[in-house]
Amino acid sequence: MSIQIKNVSKKFGQFAALDNVSLEIPSGELVALLGPSGSGKTTLLRVIAGLEFPEAGSILFEDEDITDRTARDRRVGFVFQHYALFRHMTVFENIAFGLRVRPRKLRPSKSQIRDKVQELLKLIQLQTLANRYPSQLSGGQRQRVALARALAVEPSVLLLDEPFGALDAKVRLELRRWLRQLHDEVHITSVFVTHDQDEALEVADRVAVMNEGKIEQVGAPDEVYHHPASPFVYNFLGNVNLFHGRSEDDKLSFHEQPTGELLYARPHLLEIRRQANGGAHFRATIKHINSAGPLVKIEALSEWGAPVHVEMSQEKFHDLELVRNETVFVIPKEVKMFQNKAVS
Amino acid sequence: MAGAATLTARGVFSTRSESTRAVTESPAVRWILTGVALLFLGVFIFMPLAVVFVEALRKGLSVYWDGLTQPDALSAIKLTLIAAGIAVPLNVIFGVAAAWAIGKFEFWGKSLLITLIDLPFSVSPVVSGLIYVLLFGLQGVFGPWLAEHDLQIIFAVPGIVLATIFVTFPFVARELIPLIQAQGQEEEEAALSLGASGWQTFWRVSLPNIKWGLIYGVILCNARAMGEFGAVSVVSGHIRGRTNTMPLHIEILYNEYSFAAAFAVASLLAFLALATLVVKRMVEWRASRQATQALGELA
Repeated sequence: MSIQIKNVSKKFGQFAALDNVSLEIPSGELVALLGPSGSGKTTLLRVIAGLEFPEAGSILFEDEDITDRTARDRRVGFVFQHYALFRHMTVFENIAFGLRVRPRKLRPSKSQIRDKVQELLKLIQLQTLANRYPSQLSGGQRQRVALARALAVEPSVLLLDEPFGALDAKVRLELRRWLRQLHDEVHITSVFVTHDQDEALEVADRVAVMNEGKIEQVGAPDEVYHHPASPFVYNFLGNVNLFHGRSEDDKLSFHEQPTGELLYARPHLLEIRRQANGGAHFRATIKHINSAGPLVKIEALSEWGAPVHVEMSQEKFHDLELVRNETVFVIPKEVKMFQNKAVS
Repeated sequence: MAGAATLTARGVFSTRSESTRAVTESPAVRWILTGVALLFLGVFIFMPLAVVFVEALRKGLSVYWDGLTQPDALSAIKLTLIAAGIAVPLNVIFGVAAAWAIGKFEFWGKSLLITLIDLPFSVSPVVSGLIYVLLFGLQGVFGPWLAEHDLQIIFAVPGIVLATIFVTFPFVARELIPLIQAQGQEEEEAALSLGASGWQTFWRVSLPNIKWGLIYGVILCNARAMGEFGAVSVVSGHIRGRTNTMPLHIEILYNEYSFAAAFAVASLLAFLALATLVVKRMVEWRASRQATQALGELA
């Protein structure tokens, strides 16, 4: 089922959590709402779920206006950040809950409920733990039970609030691949909230980057990463070096003072050389080298005293044989330019 | 004290296995503290309790039994049960509703409501009783109207029930407010998003989550409802066989020098208190087991 969010605004007291937000989510897509805390992403998710009601704007499910419908009537599956499993019920009872509370006419029979729960337990690979209580499960298992519970009612839309936020790094990585696979199997329109750009870029079909109650950019992971629409998006999607600079006649130059234009360059898109090559460049002194990991991370100080981060492959690093306090040339392979609003 | 000081110093500089010593006191201090606590308990709690049972049985079992089964005593027991039987369920409903509103919602006047819930704890019971006399007594605000319609509240059962409700209403609410506040709303939201109605959410999710706190509150509420003296004394009028509760009956018997009978009824109340403590302990034990489970859930 497709979701349309039209000009939605929501305030908490004086704080505008959502400011005239519009977003379209086609049927069957997996969309990430990505942003820092306080950007309004969770509020937007809760508005879609019917757990919060907007002051202005409307929400449509498949061209049907459901803005005034309660969470109960929207048929959404909601997975809470801290799972919100019913602590006094077993895993089985948790998953069966949504079927058990249906009005008598729509309620499946006991054996149908049992079959459905078994099927979901198989999907989340926890068949053997049906009689455990939530307190007896690990974080990753709880997360999967929460997901199965939401899927049991066959929701038209699946909403996940920071689905991997409370898990440790390893489990997190496994679960997000699993979620992606699951989505490819079940094909239910899904929206998940995250503050982790890797998670959003890896899992989602499309990413909506949010900041201060607004959507900054919507697009495929590739698109938002390589063609960020604003400095914020560029900044938020990865590490970045910021320079004052100017580009005239396709020639790029770096400056110490503000110029009206800001140059953004990712650490892996800066190159370190011993000789300048005629193009744009500046001098920098190497201050710290961290070669533990797939990439070597180098911290340097530019000739005007600003910190610069560069990443390079281990091979390149070994070829160059860089040492601390050495002065080198930094050459950008690719920069992104934005107007400096503070100056212009 | 010198001994304690050196021990503390050694604890601080010692290896990890001994580090817990840093916070303990010397054996002498420990014995003195424990002894004082036990002595206090013995003098102020255990001795009076023992006296109640000894005095009640001093003249033999048959006198004890007579004291409990004379009509006035039976009527006092009955009235106490009626008052508690009405006050406790009403306060459960009120307590759950108030704790719910306070724990789950933001509204104007919330802190005022919290303060008002504590009022019966801070007001003298005699004043609590007097409020009802001033409201419903013959000279009271509603007195003439009540007299016209031939309704009697003060010096009758309704007054006793009202006073009991007033004095005991903080117990359930006070027990539940911190519990509900700590639990937050997520489980209820989950239930709603899964299609449960408000009523289903309450019975299947909210109530089981506050079960132990509620039982604990009910136990305390009941103990106080049966034992209340001051407020009930003011509104009761002490009409034997009609408006006397157990505590009031005990006072009358005692003032008439019927010590054996007074202590017999008192022993019943004391027994009730002991039973309450046992049940309370059991509930605490069950609840703490659930709490450790819940902690495991957070970890």
